[in-house]
Amino acid sequence: MSGSLIFAWSGVLLFGLGLFGFIAHRHLLRRLLAFNIMGSGAFLVLVGLAQDGRGVDPLPQAMVITGIVVAVASTALALVIFRRWYRTSGRTDLPEDT
Amino acid sequence: MSLRTLSAALLCIGITVALGWAVLDRPFPQENVPERVTSAMPESGVDHPITAVLLNFRSYDTLLEIAVLLLAVVVALALREAQPDRPEQMGLENPLLRAVMAWLLPLILIVAGFLLWAGAYQPGGAFQAGSVLAAAGVLLRLAGVTTAWLDNATLMRAGLALGLLTFLGIGLLVMIPGAPFLTYPLEYAGTLILVIELTLTLSIGLTLISLFRLTPPYADDPDEAREQEAEETP
Repeated sequence: MSGSLIFAWSGVLLFGLGLFGFIAHRHLLRRLLAFNIMGSGAFLVLVGLAQDGRGVDPLPQAMVITGIVVAVASTALALVIFRRWYRTSGRTDLPEDT
Repeated sequence: MSLRTLSAALLCIGITVALGWAVLDRPFPQENVPERVTSAMPESGVDHPITAVLLNFRSYDTLLEIAVLLLAVVVALALREAQPDRPEQMGLENPLLRAVMAWLLPLILIVAGFLLWAGAYQPGGAFQAGSVLAAAGVLLRLAGVTTAWLDNATLMRAGLALGLLTFLGIGLLVMIPGAPFLTYPLEYAGTLILVIELTLTLSIGLTLISLFRLTPPYADDPDEAREQEAEETP
């Protein structure tokens, strides 16, 4: 078992945990946190698998560094939207589409 | 444990196992990308493969990524409510933070500059330097330091757009001699990448700072907010 596989499996585990949190929780902040954990898992898979014994592949690393900055910005945007939603509705979750 | 949680847990365990299997059983890449990047390095204008990929070989991705950041700020600006944006009231009541800021701020700026410069030959670059700059901005805000130029809406917007505009401008400029979009001529590649990285650092830093500043401490609770509004408009 190689080192890159340990990173990739940790990433997959994080992704699964995040997915569970995303489904199980209703509170929008918890969902956002779970979504970020999913994203971190995906980044870890990308970076972990980039080492395949022929040297480090710079493509996934470049993708992950842009991805991290986009993830931070989108999280901040989501927080702006949540706050606006809470101020107008007083709810911390979205109504069901029934 | 409800049925909902249980089924969610089962689903997620199934997906995790399937993904773990997929990672183990993945096809070996046919293309030897590290070798191709290494052999193309002399054409890139920088000495670090990740910076070369980010700003030369795959600069299209980075360009669009900056556009996404700008879009996020524009949406956040559009959602901003009319609010009393008085910096002196936004900080924490913490004299220690203000005192430490005086020591930290020069250090943070030096680190950001170093990260930007180091990107040419070792890990570092515009994204890291921009994030460090943003951390300085967030600290300034928390300490309640008034920064007139950050509150100037026109300057702020110009700074936010500067990175994307410079990137696009240089990408289009190289088309005049006949090169394809974003293909830098070999002799100017290093300089052009440095100019792009400088402006990107500024824009990324300002983007993250303004996303933070767009959510000032304010009564979030609808009832409380109504009370505040009633107090302010007698």
